[in-house]
Amino acid sequence: MTAITAPARGDFTDVVRAEWHKLRTVRSTAWVVLIAFASNIGFAVLTAAVLAPRLDAGERGRVDVVQLALAGLHLSQIAFGVLGALVITGEHGSGMIRTTFAAVPRRGAVLAAKALVLAGVTLVASTASAFAAYLAFRAALPAHTLTGTALSDPGVARAVAGGGLYLTALALLGFGLGAALRSSAGAIASLFGLLFVPPLLLDLLPRSWKDTAGPYIPMQAGDQIYIASHREAVALGPWTGFGVFCCYAAVALLAGRLVTDRRDA
Amino acid sequence: MIEARGLVKRYGRVTAVDGLSFTAPPGSVTGFLGPNGAGKSTTMRMVLGLDAPTAGTVTVNGRPYTGHRRPLREVGALLDAEAVAGGRRAADHLTWLALSNGIPRTRVGEVLDQVGLASAARRRVGGFSLGMAQRLGIAAALLGDPPVLMFDEPVNGLDPDGVAWIRTLLRSLAGEGRTVFLSSHLMSEMALTADRLVVIGRGRLITETTVAGLLAGGGGDHVRVRAAEPDELAELLAARGATVGREPDGALRVTGATAGEIGDLARARGLGLLELAPQRKSLEERYMELTRGTADYRSAPSPEPAAS
Repeated sequence: MTAITAPARGDFTDVVRAEWHKLRTVRSTAWVVLIAFASNIGFAVLTAAVLAPRLDAGERGRVDVVQLALAGLHLSQIAFGVLGALVITGEHGSGMIRTTFAAVPRRGAVLAAKALVLAGVTLVASTASAFAAYLAFRAALPAHTLTGTALSDPGVARAVAGGGLYLTALALLGFGLGAALRSSAGAIASLFGLLFVPPLLLDLLPRSWKDTAGPYIPMQAGDQIYIASHREAVALGPWTGFGVFCCYAAVALLAGRLVTDRRDA
Repeated sequence: MIEARGLVKRYGRVTAVDGLSFTAPPGSVTGFLGPNGAGKSTTMRMVLGLDAPTAGTVTVNGRPYTGHRRPLREVGALLDAEAVAGGRRAADHLTWLALSNGIPRTRVGEVLDQVGLASAARRRVGGFSLGMAQRLGIAAALLGDPPVLMFDEPVNGLDPDGVAWIRTLLRSLAGEGRTVFLSSHLMSEMALTADRLVVIGRGRLITETTVAGLLAGGGGDHVRVRAAEPDELAELLAARGATVGREPDGALRVTGATAGEIGDLARARGLGLLELAPQRKSLEERYMELTRGTADYRSAPSPEPAAS
């Protein structure tokens, strides 16, 4: 009845703009950004002012300055992981996913646009909050407690930026699990199960197994990118560790893609 | 134009839609009727490419829905009015839809005006009543000014004003030459809105007809006659080939002769008539006849009142 028209250009841009509009018009996004800044900066100030002065000389030699400064990541990672999952499971929960797929039947494009927008927002918010946290940490640190804290010191700038990269990959891991499991509770539970359960299981293993497998579990691997220089002997290097962590996210995203393509909405 | 050919949808061992074929042509309101659980919503999800058919095809304007690059400009659909993110404002919900299909953002204000939600544009959708949510869903369907519109139970939750408004809207959309396809389980609603009917039960097509055709078809029409000399009139009618029965109150129940013919006959023989009333089955009764035995969930028959 109608002539077949050539695919219009710029379709994917339209989908990205739509997803960006969605993400910025729900309140949870602003809350996550707020929690990220509050937690990253708040914990940075607390560790600098309270924890750092209490370290004895031996501990000062072993502690990693950026890992200490970014203690707030333990909380803000929860916020970003939940945001990543909710970007897709929120729509499954309300049924709005059907409106979305009716508007854009190319489901792969929807997932890609959501992932892109999520990664963009997370990268900006988490990197900015990581640097803000680190600067706050240095400002609050009493004189002569720690050395090698300048951004120009070895590994420091990479590690602070790495805090942002870790949170971004974590949000994408949450998103991939959300797309695969299509349920908020399921996705959030499995995300934090994946992060927090393997370290507990590792403690049950013999020492040699623990040293072999330990560095590859998600949290151990992912943590390396925001450690400046003082890492455990068996740990992976910063970029190798981050690469392994990204592999977990990629597997989750791929599973999400396959499920989304095959299941009825 | 919506065309379904041999649509089948199975969920495990349950067959929700079973070889369904129908057409919803442009310029008319096609009502999609069936008892609860007949497969109406499943069929509509397949039209939109949300559920993949187990077999068969359905096309919108000649192509599968998922083959349209900007589907909101081809088909506007309202399936579930409350399937929206409650935290988002009404205008923002329409804006992302517009962005996704390259529809000018000026359309957002226009459709909000059209459905009477202009004053609620900045309100969060979560606070909407079902009636307001239906209006927002209709606004979303109209956003791309599409030639095909599809609504699943659109009058649910609307107050009488809203129901009248939507009837007028659907008629005028069809009057503009658009295809309007809407589902309902209420024939009374369809009788007022639809030109054409697609009636299904247990996933199968029962009939595809016009409202007039459904009224004319089927048996059961008769004329109720109360006469001063009923036995005499009954004999005369029977002699002319009509079938005459008796109602409980003694009136004649005549089939095979029109009220006019009966009146003429009585006048010619000088017989007195006390009542002459053609009885047509209503659309509702026809629909009940058609779908009897296909409803999955029905209440037990109410007990007969005790004979006095």
